[in-house]
Amino acid sequence: MVAIFFDGKFVGDAKEPEKLVSEIKNKRRSGEIPYQVNAAYHKHLNEVRILSDSGRVRRPLIIVENGVPRLTKEHVEKVKKGEMKWGDLVKSGVIEYLDSEEEEETLIALTEEDLTPEHTHLELDPSVILGLSAYFIPYPEFNRGDRVNYGAKMVGQSIGIFATNFLSRVDTKSNVMTYPQMPMVQTHAHKVVSYDKHPNGNNVVVAIATLDGYNMEDSLIINAGSIQKGLLWSYMYRSYEAEQKRYLGGQEDIVAVPEAGVRGYAGEDAYKHIPEDGIANPETDLDSDKVIIGRTSPLRFLGTMDRFVTGLENMRETSVRLRHGDKGITDRIFITETTDGTKLIKVVVRDLKIPEIGDKLASRHGQKGVIALIVPPEDMPFTESGVVPDIIFNPHGIPSRMTMGQLLEIIAGKLSALTGEHTNATAFRSKPEKEIRDMLVKNGFRNDGKEIMYDGRTGKRYESQIFIGNAFYQKLDHLVSNKIHARSRGPVTLLTKQPTEGRSKEGGLRLGEMEKDCLIAHGASLALKERFDSDKATIPICTECGLVAIQDHIKNKKICPIDGESKIIDVEMSYAFKLMLDELKSMLIYPKVVLGEE
Amino acid sequence: MSEKSQTDYSKAELPVRLIEEVDEVSRKMGLSKEKKDKLIEQIKKEYEKESFEPGESIGIIAAQSISEPATQMTMRTYHFAGIAGIRVTYGLPRLIEIFDAKKEPETPMMTIYLKSEYNNAAEAAKLAEALVEKDIMNIVKRISLNLNENSIEIEVVDKRRTDSVFKSLMDNLKNQTVKMKGEKVVVTVKTEDVKELQKVKEKILVLRVGGVEEIRNALVRKEGDDWIINTIGTNLSTVLKIKEVDEKKTYTNDIYETASALGLEAARSVIVREALKTMQEQALDIDARYVMLVADIMTFDGEISSIGRYGVAGAKTSVLARAAFEETIKHLVKASIRNEVDKLQGVFENVMVGQVVPAGTGMFDLIVRSEEE
Repeated sequence: MVAIFFDGKFVGDAKEPEKLVSEIKNKRRSGEIPYQVNAAYHKHLNEVRILSDSGRVRRPLIIVENGVPRLTKEHVEKVKKGEMKWGDLVKSGVIEYLDSEEEEETLIALTEEDLTPEHTHLELDPSVILGLSAYFIPYPEFNRGDRVNYGAKMVGQSIGIFATNFLSRVDTKSNVMTYPQMPMVQTHAHKVVSYDKHPNGNNVVVAIATLDGYNMEDSLIINAGSIQKGLLWSYMYRSYEAEQKRYLGGQEDIVAVPEAGVRGYAGEDAYKHIPEDGIANPETDLDSDKVIIGRTSPLRFLGTMDRFVTGLENMRETSVRLRHGDKGITDRIFITETTDGTKLIKVVVRDLKIPEIGDKLASRHGQKGVIALIVPPEDMPFTESGVVPDIIFNPHGIPSRMTMGQLLEIIAGKLSALTGEHTNATAFRSKPEKEIRDMLVKNGFRNDGKEIMYDGRTGKRYESQIFIGNAFYQKLDHLVSNKIHARSRGPVTLLTKQPTEGRSKEGGLRLGEMEKDCLIAHGASLALKERFDSDKATIPICTECGLVAIQDHIKNKKICPIDGESKIIDVEMSYAFKLMLDELKSMLIYPKVVLGEE
Repeated sequence: MSEKSQTDYSKAELPVRLIEEVDEVSRKMGLSKEKKDKLIEQIKKEYEKESFEPGESIGIIAAQSISEPATQMTMRTYHFAGIAGIRVTYGLPRLIEIFDAKKEPETPMMTIYLKSEYNNAAEAAKLAEALVEKDIMNIVKRISLNLNENSIEIEVVDKRRTDSVFKSLMDNLKNQTVKMKGEKVVVTVKTEDVKELQKVKEKILVLRVGGVEEIRNALVRKEGDDWIINTIGTNLSTVLKIKEVDEKKTYTNDIYETASALGLEAARSVIVREALKTMQEQALDIDARYVMLVADIMTFDGEISSIGRYGVAGAKTSVLARAAFEETIKHLVKASIRNEVDKLQGVFENVMVGQVVPAGTGMFDLIVRSEEE
C-alpha cells in the first residue's frame, strides 16, 4: 500500500500508485481536472503526492510521447496565424506545467534532436535555463557563468524607464533615462517583454584600447561630444512630503513661511524663494539644505510651564528641506489629504544627471567600469572612415574575465549598425560568429572587427589595429553626485560629542580601528592624538575622590560635590571616556581618576 | 663556521649566518685583512640601519605583516600530501590553530628521519609497520564469552601475535586472571554479572598490542637521499627512544608534544616553522622575524599561551585595554572588585583617554632639570 498525500495531508492508500498518477496526469491533460494540479509517485518514499496549492514554482514543458513531441507543425502554424494561443496549447494537452515534485519523475530533452522514446518532455527552448534578467544578455553562452550572473545583476541596477507612468508617480527616489535606446544586438527577451517601453541604456561605439592608460583598473574613457549629444543622460526624481498634523488640544501645524521669532528660525534669506502658501513653486532651483516646504509646529511637550509660553514662543520651525548634498529643481507638487483628513503635500524634485567622472557604467556582460576621463571629440582616436568611439574600454578587462560574449556583441553590433538590422543574440540560437564575420567583410570591413585608427591629437596612425564596434551600455544607479562627500567641521552627536556619521547628516569619515593601527605602526603618536581630538573636553576632576567636579560659572570656582573645597584640576580627556566613567558609575563601579603631578 | 671566525667577530654582534657568508666571500675574493675588516665595518653599519628603532611598534607591524597575507589565504581546509590517505589541515584553519595554541592539531603528523646506518627502504618499511598502533580488535579472529566459567576467550588471526596479546592483557587487566589455553588466551572475570563481562570484553578490544600509541598510519617516502616515515598521529617522546630513529631531525607538528618532549625552545621553533610553512604553501612570503616575534610572545612566560582572549591578549596589564578587546563586562567587574589600577602605560588605554600614545614619537619625554634643585 502506498500512502497518498494531497497538499501535504494524508488522504488514503493506493494499491496501484503508477496507475493513479498516470490517470491524474491524463485527466489533467484532457482538461478534466485543473492544469495546476501536479502528481508524483515517489517510489523510494512509498508515497504519492498530489499538489494543488499555491506557491509552487512551476514551468511549462512540451509533452512527449514515444519520442514524439505533441507540439506539431500545425500547432506552430496556427499560433503564428493567431488561431491558437498559449492557453489553447495548455488546454489541449500539448504543453503542461510541472512543479518540482512531478519533475523528479521525468526525463526532459533539451532539444528535439536529443529525443529518445524514454523522454517524457521536451524543453520549450534551451535558453529557458536563464532567468528573466539573464535572458537579456546577448551571447551569454560565450561568457563564463559568473559573468552572466554579474551582468544580470547589473541589468537590475541600470537606469532606464522603469515605468511608463513615471511622470504621475511619486516614488521616494527614482531615476529615468532621458534618451534610452533599443539595443542593436537583441535577444528574444527584448521582443517578448515590451522592452521598447522599458529600455535601459544606449548603443555606443566601443574601442578596446588604452589611450595613455586613463582607463586602467576597469575605468572608462568617454567622449565629451557623445555626452553633449545626450549619451546616458538621466533625471533623478526625489519626492519630499509634509503633513499638516493636528495635535491634542486643538493645536495644528502651519504650512507657511515661518515667522521670525519662531524657535529654529533660519533667517529671512532661507525662506526667500518660498511663496506665501509655504510650498516652493514648480521650477524653483534648489540647493542642498534649502527649504522646500515651510512649516511651523507647536512644541512637542505641553507641560505646566509651557502653558505660560504663548504665541510664537511656543512654535518650532519644522520645514522640509532638500537632502544634504542634493540639488535640483522642483518638478511637480501634489496636495491631497490623508485618511485622517490632514493636509498632505508631496513635492517631487528633479535633478539632471549628465555622465561625469566617477559615474558607473556597465555593458551587459558583467563588465562594469567608472568614467575616469572625458575627452573632447577632436582628441579621441578616429578610424579611417572618421568614426570616433564613444567609450574606450581597457583591453586588460578581457583576458582574465573571458567575456567572449562581449566581443561577439561588439562585432555583431557593428554589423547591425552597418546593415540597419537587429542581430539576434539569444542564448543557444544566436547568429553564428562566422556569419557575422562574413557579413562584415561584405560590408567592407575586416572580419575580426579591427580597424586602423589614428591619434586624435597628433593625427599619427596607431601602430596596431584597434578592435572597435558597437555595444549596448547601461548607466548604473551609482552616481558620484549622489555619493560625493567631505567634511572639515560639522555637527556632532549629542551623547558622545563625536562627529555624526553619514553623508546625509554631514558626517565625518571614521578613522577606524585598523587605520588607528596604521598611525601607531608609523609611530605618529601626535598625529594620532590629533585625529582623535574630535571630542576633546576639559573636565574638572577632584584630587580627593577622583570624580568629576562641578564648574560653577557664576561664582567662578570649582566645587567637588563630595569633598567640597578640595583641590580640583582641569584634565583634558576625550568626552567619550568621560561618558564611560559616568556609565561605570551608573553600574556601581567607582572609576577613580588618580592624578599625577601637574 | 670555523672556530677562528667565531673568535674574530663575536664582538661584531652580527648573526652567525652573516659572519659565515663574510668568511666565504672574503675567501673566494681573496680579500686582505684590512679589506675584510672594512667590509665588516660596512656590513655592521648596514645591519644596524635595518634594525628596529626604540619606540617602533613592532607588534603591530608584525601583526599586520602576518595577517594581511593571511586574508588572501583560501578557506579550503585540507589538502592531500602527495599520497592518498594523508590528509593535512592547511591554510587559514591551520594558521589559526597554531596561533590559538590548540592543545592538539586537527591532523597531528610526524616526520621521522632514520639514522644513517638504517637509512634504507627495507628498514624504513619495517619501522613504519612497527610504528602503527594496533588494538586487539584489529588482530583478533574470534572473541567469545564463556558464561559458564565467567571468562572471555580470545583467538588471534596470526598465531605469532598470541604472546603479545597475552602480555598486553597481563599488563592491563590487574583484577582478572589471564591464562593461556592452547592457542587461546582466556581471561577469567571474578563477577558473575554478564554486563560486567561485556564491559571487560569492550575494554579488551581496544587494548594496544603493538606499535606506538596514537600513531594511526605510517607511510614511507623518499626525499633526496633520505628515507622518511610520515605518520598520522604523533608520539614524539616514544618515537625518539627507538634506536633507528634520528632524534636530531625527527619532527612533529604538535606544539605541546614538542614542548613536553624537547622543551619550550623547541616548541617555539615548531610554531615558527609550522606558521611559515603554512604561509609558504600558499605562496605567501612573509619575513620569518615577524613569526618569530609572535612565537616569542607566545612562549616567553615559560608556557605556551595562545594569541587571543585566553592567552596573550587576556594577560594585558591594563584593565581598559582588556575591556576594550573582549568580554568587557567581565574585566570591568573583576577590576572593580579587586581595586585594580590602570596606570595608562599602554597604547590602547591612551587612545581611549585621548592622550599621546607611548609609541613612536610619543615614546619619550624630555626631562628638564631646573637649576634651583
